[in-house]
Amino acid sequence: MATAFGSQFSALRRRRRERWRDLSPMRKREAKFGLLFIAPWIVGVLLFALFPFVASFVLSFTKYNIVAPPKWVGAEHYEHIFTDDPLFLKSLKNTAVYVGGSVAIRIVLGFALALLLNTKVRFLGLWRTLFYVPSVVPIVALSIVWLYVLNARAGLLNWFLGFFGISRIRWFADPDFAMLAFLIMSTTWVGVTMVIFLAGLQGIPEEYYDAAKIDGANMLQRLRRVTIPLMTPTIYLNVLINIIGAFQVFTQVFIMTGGAPRDATRTYVLHLFDHAFQYLPPQMGYSSALAWILFMIIFAFTAVIVTTSQRWVFYQGSED
Amino acid sequence: MASTSAAQTEHLRSDSLARVTRFVGRVLLYGVLVFMSLWFIAPLFWMFMSSFMPLEQVGVFPVEWIPRVWQPENYTDALKFWKFGTTFRNTMIITIFSLVGDIGSCTLVAYGFARFRFPFRDTLFLILLATLMLPFAVRLIPVYAAYDAIGWIDTFYPLIVPNFFGNAFYIFICRQFFLGIPQDLLDAAKIDGASEMRIFTQVMIPLAKPAIVVIAILSFQNSWNDFLGPLIYLKDPDLHTLAIGLYKFTSLPGQGGIYNQQMAASVMMVLPVLIVFFLFQKQFIQGANLSGMKG
Repeated sequence: MATAFGSQFSALRRRRRERWRDLSPMRKREAKFGLLFIAPWIVGVLLFALFPFVASFVLSFTKYNIVAPPKWVGAEHYEHIFTDDPLFLKSLKNTAVYVGGSVAIRIVLGFALALLLNTKVRFLGLWRTLFYVPSVVPIVALSIVWLYVLNARAGLLNWFLGFFGISRIRWFADPDFAMLAFLIMSTTWVGVTMVIFLAGLQGIPEEYYDAAKIDGANMLQRLRRVTIPLMTPTIYLNVLINIIGAFQVFTQVFIMTGGAPRDATRTYVLHLFDHAFQYLPPQMGYSSALAWILFMIIFAFTAVIVTTSQRWVFYQGSED
Repeated sequence: MASTSAAQTEHLRSDSLARVTRFVGRVLLYGVLVFMSLWFIAPLFWMFMSSFMPLEQVGVFPVEWIPRVWQPENYTDALKFWKFGTTFRNTMIITIFSLVGDIGSCTLVAYGFARFRFPFRDTLFLILLATLMLPFAVRLIPVYAAYDAIGWIDTFYPLIVPNFFGNAFYIFICRQFFLGIPQDLLDAAKIDGASEMRIFTQVMIPLAKPAIVVIAILSFQNSWNDFLGPLIYLKDPDLHTLAIGLYKFTSLPGQGGIYNQQMAASVMMVLPVLIVFFLFQKQFIQGANLSGMKG
């Protein structure tokens, strides 16, 4: 998909703009059918993307509780968020920890496991299945199970850490450990990233490695000079997808802690959700302002990653 | 002569050294693989085992893995508080209608993007890809307010209807697939006088089966696992889905500590997904790949 983006951009630049009235009758007919086929999506994008996108921006300047019509308050919410909402910064910080930690875990561990499975290992299918299974489990069930895995008194994790002489950690009672607990839980989904990386690795032609071997490259050099450069498009896309996803972490936090202890696990979307759906009266306007700030943050991250990608993402020859 | 044999023994020694390092490497490799498998599977295995345990065994430390007494009544006890039948039915309704909507709309739209030329096509496709990056939090409130205004809260519509208007990611998958189908096939059908709609339903759809299966699985997973949607749109307990039913069950007053029943309830929700996963493993993996690979 990373390349799909790239090729879409270049296609745009290459093709001269076609105007409707310049089209031959046959091409007009073709265009009509094309538009007919994509009509559902055009309606959908207007209703479910453009409308809410614009509306939430407008709502962010109003007081709105669903029952009464929105009341214009100007930039009041933004002012309040930046000057008088300590939970805004706190939730942003918690979310940043989750984004940094979980993305690093998924990329690094996912890549490492994919490399291991790409060494002509036996029972490849079995290992891949075992690593992948947890990520198909519905998140509600996962949350319930992990509440117990992370139980301070009798949980699996403390039992496991006991073998290394680590005394019981009160995961969700200790603000210093609560976010770490969610990071450990996020290993559950490493299998998805691993599967993607593995497919990428399997696509690297054997000749590249043979050539590197003839040139006397050892394993680490082959990894650094052949494997990683060829995998950068996949790494790039997965960093991007996972960052966008991690910024919006919500369900497991909502079910497992609700932000406790002392807001140590209050994530950004949880904060936003509470304002819109938990507090009475609902503060939909305030929540919309929070949503737009999140959008700006995610947009900024995406923009930085996309623009810097030209420097480190390596595309082989021509693509398609 | 002496130097050759020295070189030979040198060679032999490094050869056996290489063999030893190789062996150690393999042992380490499989050791890590086994450890990681246990790491991933242990929570699920424990969920399953503890769902049959007597309550007092669940809280035992050090952890016990095999039920001292097998207690299948944990399941029937859980069902006393949790209307599994109702939530299962509701989830099925939402899942099936969403599936139909997703497959119908996404194949149509993907075909439009893949096989026709029209002005602004590439710009529109770029917009489609860009919507993948729009955070759900931004859409949440206006969409909720709109559903509220038209009286769709406490109906399944908010969870089903949007799927009839195409999902950017599924469209992307399907379009890639359509692009790979040779043009000759379509031309042949056209020469035979088939209409555009007929070409779509009788030539393209049968050929696109692999892509459709992947979309079906992603759509099924999406509806079955969805939590936030049902949480805000379905307040009436008779409309709850499995995900919400399970969540409400564990947060019932007095349910806080009854872990064995909670695990039994979780197993009941997870099992259908696992069955589907093992039946369609290849397509699950394909779906994951398509979401993370270059197109």
